[in-house]
Amino acid sequence: MATETLKPDLADTGASEELEPPHRQPDPPATATFRVWRGDREGGQLVDYTTSVSPGMVVLDAIHQIQADQANDLAVRWNCKAGKCGSCSAEVNGMPKLMCMTRLSELPLEKPVTVEPMRSFPPVKDLVTDVSWNFRVKTRIKPFRPRAPDAADGTWRMTQPDVDRVQEFRKCIECFLCQDVCHVLRDHQLQEEFIGPRFLVHVAALEMHPLDVEDRVADLRRAHGIGYCNITKCCTQVCPEHITITDNAIIPLKERVVDEFFDPLGRVLKVFSRGGKA
Amino acid sequence: MGHAQLPVVPSGLGATMRPDRWWVQPAIVFLLLSTFIVYATWAAFQGEHYTHGPYLSPFYAPELFGASSHAWFGPRPAWWPAWLVFSPALLILPFPGIFRVTCYYYRGAYYKAFWADPPACAVGEPRKRYRGEAAFPLILQNVHRYFLYVALGFLFLLATDVYKAMWFTDPVTGPTSFGIGVGTLVLLANVTLLGGYTLGCHSLRHIVGGYLDQLSRFPARKRLYDCSSCLNRAHMRWAWTSLFSVAFADLYVRLCSMGVWSDWRIV
Repeated sequence: MATETLKPDLADTGASEELEPPHRQPDPPATATFRVWRGDREGGQLVDYTTSVSPGMVVLDAIHQIQADQANDLAVRWNCKAGKCGSCSAEVNGMPKLMCMTRLSELPLEKPVTVEPMRSFPPVKDLVTDVSWNFRVKTRIKPFRPRAPDAADGTWRMTQPDVDRVQEFRKCIECFLCQDVCHVLRDHQLQEEFIGPRFLVHVAALEMHPLDVEDRVADLRRAHGIGYCNITKCCTQVCPEHITITDNAIIPLKERVVDEFFDPLGRVLKVFSRGGKA
Repeated sequence: MGHAQLPVVPSGLGATMRPDRWWVQPAIVFLLLSTFIVYATWAAFQGEHYTHGPYLSPFYAPELFGASSHAWFGPRPAWWPAWLVFSPALLILPFPGIFRVTCYYYRGAYYKAFWADPPACAVGEPRKRYRGEAAFPLILQNVHRYFLYVALGFLFLLATDVYKAMWFTDPVTGPTSFGIGVGTLVLLANVTLLGGYTLGCHSLRHIVGGYLDQLSRFPARKRLYDCSSCLNRAHMRWAWTSLFSVAFADLYVRLCSMGVWSDWRIV
């Protein structure tokens, strides 16, 4: 079943045919082959499906088309189709991606496109994985603990620039692509020792919050295993929300660990400064 | 928390479903860093051709002990072991060298290119055991900020070398006069790029204000943090361009000193 190309009503927009970009990408081939992983916890295999494609399609469209036409029992998790729910995470041509945000025009369709479940998590069925480990990890992180209210009405005051820094981390949609690509979890299976980039971002959002007074630095080093991160920036590369995970969250947290455990000179100097968790 | 691995996971070095040429980037990093290391080591052991007129190679700056007029404390010290080759650069290069080795950007780059840990994103690794930077020896990467302090001092000294590179002594009549040569501009470009790299360092960004959660209460620190963050956003570019510039500055001074190139006076 081919997906129809939606064309905007030019009369409504006031635009004309001539306004189309002069260097439009050539249309993809009419059909493409998708090599989809089919299986469950016991095992599985890659199965080829050839389906029709049309301009504007994303990988999730193709998977839905295959599900509708050729493999009614193909399991795939999805929800918003807009890159905001984080449900359709998978590995497309070996790289963790949201299927709903991966356009077919970005892929070499002359070869089969592989679509696999996220490798860092146990498979449930086909493209669906069990990501519940992430939710258990989250419970191990000390929650938000605000300082005493500083306004007469029992509320708090904080400035926009201070909030801006943590606002970036709040964009996370918990798609877990960063967890999937992180080699500490993916290749070394150190889920017991390392909480992964998603939750280092979560800790950063709490730890750098202008109202929060909880201290998570010792946990970062020991319970959360921040030292396992070796800054390869793969998490940043795959983040669909473009959160600068490594530079803005993980490295600043690593620096806070250095403050606490590896910088005796700095600790002495801070005694005489107005610094600290201000 | 039991964690079964996906049954179809390919494992081992280079195992991946990526069809692209993922190996190109780590190969380029390997080649460039190896070339720099070989050249810098060779240049550091030469012990000659590191000055030309008012120019001093950044590999040898500051020249603490040495035979040139740039030396702070005179010639080779008596305490230097006779069996050990002496070169002024050997007293200097370890500091910026360790600063770069422990730099957050370079760490990520050479873990991929030299250790294949991982070779590229979503590509299999050669080894099973992994401790990362949580244990010895890589836990020593945490000394980075101490070498940052030294690098800041070097940055100042290299800036003074640019100033000195504007004063040329007439070899015949003797007086010193202001001037600008191509070498002056080479040294100026080098210190500018090194400044962009050093002042955008992640550790500096943290030290000047990043450790504060209510940075707006400290306006001066906020400005410093914003400046450092601005440079930090292009840290990778600063890291590479400054690496090239420091090697080229040494090469320029060396070839001028050897008479292979002639320094062109602009002013």
